[in-house]
Amino acid sequence: MFGLKADWSLDIKQRYFSLGDYTAGEARWCPGCGDHGVLTVVQRICRDEQLLPEKTVAVSGIGCSSRLPHYMGTYGFHGLHGRALPVACGIKSRRPDLDVWVATGDGDCYSIGTGHWIHAVRYNMDMTVLVFDNSVYGLTKKQTSPTTPIGFQSNTHPQGAPLEPLNPLTVTLGISNVSFVAQTIDWNPVHLYETIKAAHNHKGFSLVNILQRCPVYSDNVFKHLQEDPSQLLLLTHEKGIHLEKSLLRLFPNQQEHDPLNMSEAYDIADQNVPVGLLYHNPDVPCYEDISSQGKDMGIDDKLVALNAAYDQFAI
Amino acid sequence: MSKPSNNLQMVENSEATKVPVRIDEHIVEIVSDSGEGAQKAGQTFGTVSAKMGNGVWTVEIIPAEIKPPARSPAGASGIRIRLGSHNMTNMGDAADLVVALNEQVLYSRIATHAYKPGTVILLENKWITDPDPKIREQYQSAVAEFRENGLIVHELAMEDECLKLTPRPRLGKNMFVLGMLSYIYSRDAEKANHEIDLTFARKGEKVVHLNQQLWKAGYEFAKENLDYWYEIPPWERETTKPLIVTSGNQALGLGVMASGMDLVSMYPITPATSASHYLAEVFHNIGGFVHQAEDEIAAIGFAIGSSFAGKTACTITSGPGLALKTEFVALAVMAEIPLVIAVVQRGGPSTGLPTKVEQGDLLASLYGEPGDAPKVVIAAATIEECVHFVIMARKLAETFRTPVILLTDANLATGVQPYPRPEAKAEWFASPIDQSPWDKGVDPFQWNEETGLSPRPIVGQPGGEYVLTGLAHTTESKVAYDRESNQRGCNMRSRKLAALWSTLKPPEIHGSPEGELLLVGWGSTLGAIEEAVDKARAEGYKVSSLHLRFLSPLEPGLEEIFSRFKNIFTIEINYSDEADAPLITPGNRRYSQLSILLRAQTLVDVDCWTNVHGQPMQPGLIYDEITRRLNAMKGES
Repeated sequence: MFGLKADWSLDIKQRYFSLGDYTAGEARWCPGCGDHGVLTVVQRICRDEQLLPEKTVAVSGIGCSSRLPHYMGTYGFHGLHGRALPVACGIKSRRPDLDVWVATGDGDCYSIGTGHWIHAVRYNMDMTVLVFDNSVYGLTKKQTSPTTPIGFQSNTHPQGAPLEPLNPLTVTLGISNVSFVAQTIDWNPVHLYETIKAAHNHKGFSLVNILQRCPVYSDNVFKHLQEDPSQLLLLTHEKGIHLEKSLLRLFPNQQEHDPLNMSEAYDIADQNVPVGLLYHNPDVPCYEDISSQGKDMGIDDKLVALNAAYDQFAI
Repeated sequence: MSKPSNNLQMVENSEATKVPVRIDEHIVEIVSDSGEGAQKAGQTFGTVSAKMGNGVWTVEIIPAEIKPPARSPAGASGIRIRLGSHNMTNMGDAADLVVALNEQVLYSRIATHAYKPGTVILLENKWITDPDPKIREQYQSAVAEFRENGLIVHELAMEDECLKLTPRPRLGKNMFVLGMLSYIYSRDAEKANHEIDLTFARKGEKVVHLNQQLWKAGYEFAKENLDYWYEIPPWERETTKPLIVTSGNQALGLGVMASGMDLVSMYPITPATSASHYLAEVFHNIGGFVHQAEDEIAAIGFAIGSSFAGKTACTITSGPGLALKTEFVALAVMAEIPLVIAVVQRGGPSTGLPTKVEQGDLLASLYGEPGDAPKVVIAAATIEECVHFVIMARKLAETFRTPVILLTDANLATGVQPYPRPEAKAEWFASPIDQSPWDKGVDPFQWNEETGLSPRPIVGQPGGEYVLTGLAHTTESKVAYDRESNQRGCNMRSRKLAALWSTLKPPEIHGSPEGELLLVGWGSTLGAIEEAVDKARAEGYKVSSLHLRFLSPLEPGLEEIFSRFKNIFTIEINYSDEADAPLITPGNRRYSQLSILLRAQTLVDVDCWTNVHGQPMQPGLIYDEITRRLNAMKGES
């Protein structure tokens, strides 16, 4: 029952996975919800990269976004509100062989999970973190979230949200060990695909803030961006997100931005609604390289070490 | 200014005729400001005594503040060493002999009833010539007050003696004190000097030599000036197994390593953290890793992630941390994730008594989560059990696919005792993670209706893909809100405890199997309870005790055992209303935590006797309660 099957690695090359292998059940999001598009893109990337379903884990917290693991054909962990990241980090800590994805939202990650967000960026463990940022609490029916625009009428603030929203991009850029920060939009599947793919290819903690429409509770928040792409700033650079010509035509407002340029990234995130790769540093150490040390130590060596530990206290 | 002379009874007998007084046991304390090395001296004294075959229990006296002012009662720092010719299982009652480096620190010890009339105090006397008149005055009035209260105070020029050897007596005085105690208790000189060698070897030969000289000076000083000379014969053990000496928290760390877990995820909290400190020093030697998380919630979340991925992990905390972890504990119950949660209890509620003992987290461990969250709860009663119970906890967690809460407390955590060296067994280590293909026909929660148990797919097993969820779910781990699925899930999770219960044996009774009075305890009070029971039984009292290790599920056979005794009460370090307190009636009296459990489970009228003094339970107090109750029962009949 225990132990690796010796000939198992030979099977891998003979297996081919189709989209169906990454699919489970029927997604129960509202019609028109941006989450459907993100799920499809994640499944396509899994297929295109031929990720082993058994080695892939989708981790989430609580919220509309966090239903994503249930629709994946991989392993999944649908845990507690705000706590996806500690679980994801724990999964990765002694199992660096696993491909970890995190689905979270603006309430889950930037409000109840704030502490974990900050520290997970600092741990920089290799995982792809998708924040479904729809600027509202959807599952609990329209409460103000940290990214809700000031003045937005919600059920907790019927007179309008009283505070300036939190900017998740500038906050993330300010955290030590930040290694990958991008923003994209759910309503452009091409850019969404390329951005998440780049995030997945990065070894480290990749945070993708996805501006995501909630047709039921925050439809008007992104409407102007959808209708007038010139309000978005498309980031271009050879080291940035791969851009098809169609995208370049779609977004009249563009800026060439080197994703290694942190201060420029900060200014862009502070003053615009950027679409693209803000920051990417492939050389930040990953915590799992520390936390997984010794994971393969043999029983005999462990016995020696345990006896040595006893010896230390022997009288 | 003329130096005061030591006001000692000078030794009158000649060396040739003098013999040490043979005693069965003694309780010794060294008390000082922090930073004077009292604990090091005491630990060394304890180690030498253990090596000479004595039973030993040491416990540190920890100041209430980080940097308390010098010469203040709040700054009392030091150590208590109880040594004797039998097994020492607790810190005992009042001290017999105390070495104090200033008089002020004694006040806090007196306030906790650590001394009795007749306790010998060997007190540094340099304060009587202090340039500060206020200090001189404080010193004199304290000494007078101590004597008035029956303490036997000897004022000794320890500092002056040390000055003969070192210009910095504050750093070396502890070895001088060790020398004094070594003479008084006839400790083996070679063994003592070997320990000094081990302690200071890193600092070079010169330092070793100086400290050995200080030890010798203390030894000679005591020999010439003191009339206390004792011999404590070794304890005749049944076993000749080699021994190790650790604190309870070090034992927890050893247990984690021996159990085969290789991840501890923690957040600093007193008094649990020293277990992680120990692991952080050595865990990598065995391939393990200590993760310091950003908070208590992340600490358990990280451990749960690791466990979910096939590496059962451990998180170590104390009451306030357990409170923060509640939601994750419930998730681990709901989603049947193996996990070990070690809780080193301290005084509560809220921040409470961070450095002091209480057994106040029992009900929180059992019932802390909203909803029904059955889980295994066990409590270590000895330092040795702190090793073995971690090993058992991991086994139970994996076998029953459940979180296991292992309760210890500040008394075990800081107590130090010799015990048989644990074994190291290959089968205790975790097997390599199973990555073989999973039979797709088997659901991730394919519960056995009889036992509630189910096989668990591990991430990496092809064909086993499932989504773990904290929502109500089916055997396939699919979210289900229908009435049958939720009822069934609750049934199955609860049934696992019944399955575990059916494998347990009834607890053993200490003393005779029937009688007038039965004491029931759990956790670190074991030694004190049994000592008190033994003393009362030797005097003819019909009292017995039993000690529970399993709190969830409770051990079987309790109702039948209780039927053999006229009166039953629990001894616990947690709060209960005294029956005769104002406004308290049988209708509103709040019982202690174990007695609530036992009353509910057995329908027996189990009484309780508890306190929340923040101190380890003392055998003398329990003995007094036993005799009070039995004499009252005699009066009634």
